Amino acid sequence: MSLLLEPLAYQFMQRGLIASVIVGVLCAIMGTYVVLRGMAFLGDAMAHAILPGVAIAYILRGDLLVGAGVAAVVVALSIGFFSREGTVKEDTAIGILFAAALSLGVALISTMQTYAVDLSHILFGDVLGVNKTDLWLIAGLSLAILLTVALLFKPFLVISFDPVLAATLRLPAELLRNLMLVLLALTVVVSLQTVGVSLAAAMLVTPAATAYLLTRRLLPMMLVSALIGALSSIVGLYLSYYFNIVSGSAIVLTATLFFLLGFLWKRLKSI
Amino acid sequence: MSHIPHRLEVKNISIGYGEKVIMRDLSFQIPHGARVAVVGPNGAGKSTLFKALVGLLPLKSGHIFIHGEELGSHQDCVAYVPQREEVDWRFPVTVSDVVMMGRYGQIGWLKRPSARDKQIVQNSLEQMGIADLASQPIGQLSGGQQQRAFLARSLAQEPHILLMDEPFTGVDVTTQEASLRLLDHLQKREVTTLVSTHDLNLAASRFDLVLLLNHRLIAYGTPGDVFAKENLAQAFGNSLLVMENGVMLVDECCPPD
Repeated sequence: MSLLLEPLAYQFMQRGLIASVIVGVLCAIMGTYVVLRGMAFLGDAMAHAILPGVAIAYILRGDLLVGAGVAAVVVALSIGFFSREGTVKEDTAIGILFAAALSLGVALISTMQTYAVDLSHILFGDVLGVNKTDLWLIAGLSLAILLTVALLFKPFLVISFDPVLAATLRLPAELLRNLMLVLLALTVVVSLQTVGVSLAAAMLVTPAATAYLLTRRLLPMMLVSALIGALSSIVGLYLSYYFNIVSGSAIVLTATLFFLLGFLWKRLKSI
Repeated sequence: MSHIPHRLEVKNISIGYGEKVIMRDLSFQIPHGARVAVVGPNGAGKSTLFKALVGLLPLKSGHIFIHGEELGSHQDCVAYVPQREEVDWRFPVTVSDVVMMGRYGQIGWLKRPSARDKQIVQNSLEQMGIADLASQPIGQLSGGQQQRAFLARSLAQEPHILLMDEPFTGVDVTTQEASLRLLDHLQKREVTTLVSTHDLNLAASRFDLVLLLNHRLIAYGTPGDVFAKENLAQAFGNSLLVMENGVMLVDECCPPD
């Protein structure tokens, strides 16, 4: 018991734990759409594409989260714009923008003198550095995103499962698709601090993919995914505390372990 | 509904993708409650026409009127049963989830399904003979059962116009029979149905009207008038075989594209 309580004596651990659980749940729920709509590549791209925003914010000494948020939304909408009506295939549009944004980010960073500390936090996360303001920002944004998903549960289900039905129901599919991209972008921004951009993609895909193996309906899939995301964050953070490893890696590796267990269970069941 | 003239009117429409025009200057009118077979060779634009009718593909020119009003001014009075390839069968939804989606237009996006909605879903499942599969994931059904789930959904949608894209291709006899029974049932409820099919004999025997297409209108009218030799030759060219006993076969083993 004391093993579990000891880390919580530190305030930074308390805040870190709350932040990672929120992000774990948020990524896991948005991740169901990523997995079902085959957007894993998009999640990864989005995570890297926010680098120039972060770099510009850093140069201007602005808030890194704000910079990341603006960049993410711009990239999300650009992907929607270029792939509209099939002018360019979506994965091609993603590939182009992802590479361009990443290059721009690296180019900007290479002009700076001292970037090592803060940017490595952006890339790999710094969950123990979460302060009170960050925590409120993470909680507020997550709540807004999850509320939107709850309100638009049915339209998102229809545009994901059957775009033709969406058209006959006169749903604004284009608008909803862009909104989903923006929500995804904001999710990546929120996960910056806990798992970092490099590992955010994993948190979007792994818990949702595990839940897909265990459930057969969308809502249960979301809930199981959220549970796995939260558990991975908690277990991962404790592992990081006791074994002194980077928290983002510990969280992602825990989530991967859950996936392997789920995969094994599914295989054994089908024999 | 106060729309009295239940009918579908297509006026000089041209449709296509990008620069490519698939269907040119097409016009026809369908009286309410008619069963219309849409016939033509592969790639003649049957699916393209259906996509335009549900509003998925913008018109390059022309107009579509439903009950005398321009397409798009009605909420979900057109239902569409997609071709099998158009659906992601691995999506985590059960059969009753799929059928309930047909009610979404009436339920509203924020409300929960009412007892009446649930009853309609149950009735639709029973009518298609798949009530016992209601809680199965859609992906675990056979092809024919999956199609019946989508037919049940279109039934639950209570449409005025129903479009079915190739419902008789590659399905078992039970499903084919269920589809045909559904057509008869819908006719009694004055629902207009458009069904694309390769089966000319079925089109001749089970439908009121036939729309023969090949990138443009070849012929439209009763099966007896439309299935004249010269019309069929225009639409199908060499791939049509008319047997001595009057049975018509379309040889489409190797579609050109």
